[in-house]
Amino acid sequence: MTDETLAERARDGDRRALARLLTEVENRTAAGEAALKTLYPLAGRAHLVGVTGAPGSGKSTMVAALTGEARKQGRPVAVIAIDPSSPITGGAILGDRIRMQIHATDDDVFIRSMASRGHSGGLAASTVAAAAVMDASGFGLIFIETVGTGQSEVEVAAIADTTVVVQSPEMGDEVQAIKAGLLEVADIVVVNKADRPGADRAAAQLRAMLTVGASADRAAVAAGRPRPKRPEVMLSSALTGKGVPELLAALDRRAPSPGSRLADDASLKRAEAQISGILAQRINARLHDPARAAARAETLKAVAAHEIDPFTAADRLLALLGNDSAG
Amino acid sequence: MTDASARPIKVLIAKPGLDGHDRGAKVLARGLRDEGFEVIYTGLRQTPEMVVSAALQEDVDVVGLSILSGAHMTLLPKITAGLHERGMDDVLVTAGGIIPDDDIPQLEQAGVARVFGPGTTIREVAEYIRANVKSRGA
Ligand SMILES: Nc1nc2c(ncn2[C@@H]2O[C@H](COP(=O)(O)OP(=O)(O)OP(=O)(O)O)[C@@H](O)[C@H]2O)c(=O)[nH]1
Ligand SMILES: [Mg+2]
Repeated sequence: MTDETLAERARDGDRRALARLLTEVENRTAAGEAALKTLYPLAGRAHLVGVTGAPGSGKSTMVAALTGEARKQGRPVAVIAIDPSSPITGGAILGDRIRMQIHATDDDVFIRSMASRGHSGGLAASTVAAAAVMDASGFGLIFIETVGTGQSEVEVAAIADTTVVVQSPEMGDEVQAIKAGLLEVADIVVVNKADRPGADRAAAQLRAMLTVGASADRAAVAAGRPRPKRPEVMLSSALTGKGVPELLAALDRRAPSPGSRLADDASLKRAEAQISGILAQRINARLHDPARAAARAETLKAVAAHEIDPFTAADRLLALLGNDSAG
Repeated sequence: MTDASARPIKVLIAKPGLDGHDRGAKVLARGLRDEGFEVIYTGLRQTPEMVVSAALQEDVDVVGLSILSGAHMTLLPKITAGLHERGMDDVLVTAGGIIPDDDIPQLEQAGVARVFGPGTTIREVAEYIRANVKSRGA
């Protein structure tokens, strides 16, 4: 089958074609690139919601609950669930789907697991491309789950239109969140597992902490420094469903309106993340072109032997790349 | 432009049937991860429809079915039939768990490529998958 028909079939609701296409996009094949040319102009309508937080805080269960709520309103929902790849073997266990299997046979819920595959910066580009394919295939609400440890994972959640940080009420979770910089990227912080003791207190503490920051914000703005986001704090239980409709409503209030894409910050950031990810990939592909193997090996050796410094080496290789279409 | 051989093989490990033990399936999932596979684990008590739908959405290369409940003669053919119906004949289907030797020919007939007996090592499973996974034209 041709790539054009794969893209067309995905757009027209063929889930098998959509799944195939996502593989092409994830593997960054020429077929995937070609399909994006058709589909990208159709995308840009969906609300991309990043969901991140400490391991086990309930992200997947929450995504499943929000999905259930949106399905009550008849809205199709797609999910991209990202788990880390082992840096040693390249393997991964993608386990988020376990919590979402209640939606497995609903044709209007499409769940896709992705391994992070350790490509720095490239993860954001691949994820956004996958979301664009889902968007063009008619999914208006797309959740992107990543674990809130690790720079590139947090980055992925942060480039969504709206970023939700899920916390459990257990002590220490907020410390982890602060360390990982999660509170800085959050539009909404959800204290999940509100069916357990301590949730109200955790939410109150978070709110207090975030208001203390408010005066510092004014000082920052006055001094012309960037101001961190001040997220809304909500309480919910993904298990009992308490607070879930309210959370979905809060998300919907933040959905980008048609036309707002031109100016809004999230869309521009996403465009930049995609392009720089692709640029890095293109440069690498050219660098590894067999035609340049000798020059590359020689330069690496020179740096290893401390004959030239790595900056000079990089400049030399960049100059060598030229403007051809190799790779 | 992309090195196809470097791309990890995607495996769905599923436990159809009603039995409540998934230690073996989890050990297999972790073992295959360590062998460099991307493993999707969907948990206990999966209906054939759930398995087929997960395999489709995840576009996996392999479906590994772990089954202890004794219902393999009904569940496994339902899954292979479902995969076939949805155009996934290029997916390699394997099974393991408690399956009597006498049942194997019939399961193979139904499209299960390989039934692994008790005592099969993870290394053997991994090698079988690498050797038999179907290469895909885009
Ligand atoms: N009591 C209670 N337990 C919950 C709630 N939400 C999730 N859990 C449980 O918390 C555990 C982890 O839930 P997951 O949804 O897998 O959490 P996660 O954040 O996606 O985990 P990772 O993807 O592994 O980082 C499971 O045992 C859930 O059943 C909740 O609201 N209340
Ligand atoms: Mg999860």
